[in-house]
Amino acid sequence: MHRFRSILAIFIILLMAGCGKPKVKGADVVVWHWMTDRDSAFLALAEKYNKEKGVDVKFELYAPSEAYSSKIRAAAQTNALPEVFGVMAEKRDFAAYIKAGHISNLTGYMDAQDGAWKKSLFEKPLAMNAFLPGNEFGVDPGIYGVPIDVTNILFLYNKDLFKKAGLDPENPPKTWPEFLAAGKKLKAAGIPGLVSGWGEIWMIDCLASNFAFNVMGEEKVIETIRGNVPYTDPDWVRVFTLFKEMKDNSLLASGIVTMVNKTAELIFANEQAALAFNGSWCVNVYNGMNPKLNYGVMLPPVVNSQHPMIIWGGAGSSFVVNEKSPNKEQAVEFLKWLTAPEQQAFLAIETKNLPSNKNSLSSIPPILAEFAKHMDNTTHPNTFPVSEYPLVIEAFDKGIQGILIGEKTPEQIAQEVEAMKQKQKKAAQQSQN
Amino acid sequence: MNLGVQIVLLTVAVSCIFPLVWMVSSSFKTQATVFKDMSLIPKTFNFKNYVEAWVDGHFGIYLFNSIFYTITVVLGIVIIASLAAYAFARLRFPGRNLFFFMFLASMMIPLPGAFVAVYVLVTKLGIANTRLGYILPQINGGLAMGIFLIKTFFDKMPKDLEDAGRIDGCTKFGIYWHIALPLAKPALAVVIIFNALAVWSEYLWAMLVLSDKNLMPLQRGLMVFQGAHLVQYPVLMAGITITVIPIIFLYLVMQKFIIKGISAGALKG
Amino acid sequence: MAFKEKPKAIFENYLFVLPALAMFFTFSIYPFYKVFQLSLYNWDGISPTMKFVGFSQFKDIFFSNPVWWSSMGNAAYITLLALIIQNALALILALAVDKDIKGGNAYRVIFYLPPVLSGIVVGLIWNWIYDGNYGLLNFWLSKIGLAHLTRAWLAEPKTALTCVAIIHMWKGFGWGFVILLAGLQNIPRELYEAAKVDGASGWDTFMRITIPLMVPVFVLVSILTILGTMNIYDLIVATTGGGPGYHTEVPITRILASMRYTSRFGYACAQGLVFGVVLLIVSMTQIWFSKYLKQE
Repeated sequence: MHRFRSILAIFIILLMAGCGKPKVKGADVVVWHWMTDRDSAFLALAEKYNKEKGVDVKFELYAPSEAYSSKIRAAAQTNALPEVFGVMAEKRDFAAYIKAGHISNLTGYMDAQDGAWKKSLFEKPLAMNAFLPGNEFGVDPGIYGVPIDVTNILFLYNKDLFKKAGLDPENPPKTWPEFLAAGKKLKAAGIPGLVSGWGEIWMIDCLASNFAFNVMGEEKVIETIRGNVPYTDPDWVRVFTLFKEMKDNSLLASGIVTMVNKTAELIFANEQAALAFNGSWCVNVYNGMNPKLNYGVMLPPVVNSQHPMIIWGGAGSSFVVNEKSPNKEQAVEFLKWLTAPEQQAFLAIETKNLPSNKNSLSSIPPILAEFAKHMDNTTHPNTFPVSEYPLVIEAFDKGIQGILIGEKTPEQIAQEVEAMKQKQKKAAQQSQN
Repeated sequence: MNLGVQIVLLTVAVSCIFPLVWMVSSSFKTQATVFKDMSLIPKTFNFKNYVEAWVDGHFGIYLFNSIFYTITVVLGIVIIASLAAYAFARLRFPGRNLFFFMFLASMMIPLPGAFVAVYVLVTKLGIANTRLGYILPQINGGLAMGIFLIKTFFDKMPKDLEDAGRIDGCTKFGIYWHIALPLAKPALAVVIIFNALAVWSEYLWAMLVLSDKNLMPLQRGLMVFQGAHLVQYPVLMAGITITVIPIIFLYLVMQKFIIKGISAGALKG
Repeated sequence: MAFKEKPKAIFENYLFVLPALAMFFTFSIYPFYKVFQLSLYNWDGISPTMKFVGFSQFKDIFFSNPVWWSSMGNAAYITLLALIIQNALALILALAVDKDIKGGNAYRVIFYLPPVLSGIVVGLIWNWIYDGNYGLLNFWLSKIGLAHLTRAWLAEPKTALTCVAIIHMWKGFGWGFVILLAGLQNIPRELYEAAKVDGASGWDTFMRITIPLMVPVFVLVSILTILGTMNIYDLIVATTGGGPGYHTEVPITRILASMRYTSRFGYACAQGLVFGVVLLIVSMTQIWFSKYLKQE
């Protein structure tokens, strides 16, 4: 009996020890983030800010990103959000957070002093955090977040492997026929073609979207999302067929359809594939795994010369301000400081990501500069005036996977996606009645 | 027949050891060589990976936390589940079958959406961002299976032993403590090793309910080396190696009880 | 039953279960109630308002969501493989180690290593083995002259699910091995001696003595296997992401997709409930069946 009593006592003591709330001095501005690679850079900046302005800023890291978004969700339910945080979600969820009163409208601050803050940042990334007048979510138009870095997604190619296959390393393929021809040469030389994280289906969506903009032009794409153009339109079938052509012409490395992006990065860094479709963050990754990698950047090949080739790009990571926090003002001041040229240059050098401040570009390494050059012809679904239904996007992306494994034809997928679109439209109409 | 069996045993064993060997060997390489250098014994031994893992991963405090959490949660489960299992096996009270069925059912209905509800609950109870708030739901999580396993053993307890105990003047608790528990050692060992591994590997709930860095468990330390895009493989492998050692040690200690045990209860069914 | 005991005794008995019940009601029943409540609402997980839709989300799951049922089928396929192959392997190894304890201690530890290994390491190693360009599997197949079998194992609909199942079984058999070995080691050796004296063959001994005595252990392992395998998730994310198409989607990936990517938290709760009830029915059937067998 005595032994039990003592074990029980130990247990109770342990529990009691767990009770106390840690004595933490409340910081003025608490920032929740998920960017593990930048944690030390952030901490250095927080210290600097404290010295300069006397305001205590605390960065807290929660990773990986799924755990982070779960935490944001849960904290929103109990109004426990910190001063500054990120909403890693599509426009729809972003709008929901705003309407629930969790996010401050920053338009006033952005427009102040003749729009000084707004003008210093890249346009498109900022647009990702903004809602236009008449938006479908019913959110008051304005700017609700601040990008602290930008990114875009392009094709990368291994110059050494290109030379080996008899391709010109300084002249990558620019048009679709050139691209297909390059595929034949790569196959002849026994070199795997394209790797990308297409197992994480959003990357398929990205490339498909790039092709769509090029094949039919921006307006038609937007009209499709609005529901005025069906996915069975020949232009869309052409987009789906492009993927089939890539597969038929041996342009894709084996296993790409379920590849995780980290595996794709590994393969490209180890020079085991000639092409990659990846974002500007890859510069940091490749540098760590293979500093000698000799590679270049190229736009996705142009299919239709009548429309421009637009790539996905925009805010890599953005922060928003908690509307319900008493320290809002200080939070905004800190974000202004964080996106100022000096801090952005520091972050760019430390973490090898593209800065969101236009005036910090001189500090970035050359290959990143290649990415930066294309920031002007970028787009992103979060900047569209309308958003597609998530289930339609899923059917679209999974459908392309089906084409890539030869299970479905482009026409079949077009019909399936359109069918899902009709189903969602009907459901939306019904729930409004 | 014997040779064939030996070969199968050996092949499976090799496939089990291989990842561990790869992991340890990678922990001594560098980021640039970890996937290029295929040799199992690295050319140079970068012990500093381990130092980096410990320091940058704040392993000191995280290790202490993980040990604290594991001990507390496992202790809690063992005490609460064994008491309840004894009641379900040997005592009578209204609702006994219903409650037991509820526990059984809860084991089989996973609820991915429940984390929000539990988080809100923990916040309302005022124990968010405390060790207690992290521990209690985990104790609850291990109760159902623990009760199920331990009750199976208590069921096999010979009636005469129990009667003898009662004649000697043992209270219900005395019988539980002196007679039933020792017979259920193997079940306890399985419960301990299973839940220890679960708590040791836990991180989602920690991310959700804890904010203070000083309360975080070991898995949080490992996250430092896994960026959204950049993963520091060698240091990560070093970190994982460090975290794997205590749990293997625990298994070595516990498995003696398991082998002597599960059968005793399960067989006489 | 209860009226045989005095009130004081009943009160004492309740004390034993009180801590467990208190925890259970707080951290299991209450969240369960909330999840059930949410399953009746159309909610995106964020907005302070939600729309009551009754059982229509359940109706959608049962009648308009073929992907959900195919994901259940995928998980069931892996579970079936695990029940048969994983546990057969575990049994064979346990039998071997039971008889031939030479090196038995080492094996006992080694076979338990996969469950202990971090999911990250498991994902890295197996992705490397299965890789279509430079994977180990393709490498060895070519070496032994079976080059025509090489393929992108995790990317083709015919092989992806089975390959993931193999990883799962490799990771899980350690548990079954430990439990089955324990069961075997506790069969009294005298029974085997007596059988040998009676001139019984090895096979006879196995069928007449070993198997019947092991039935309860088999049931335990079987229930644990089903519960553990139907909930498979991390492995899928690390290897195929549910693809290609929907070929390796499993219930948990679908539920989390509903929660995170298609902003249907209430729907996800409904899916979770449907999943849970199916598992409950399967497990209860197993238990009832084993009780029925015991009475034979």
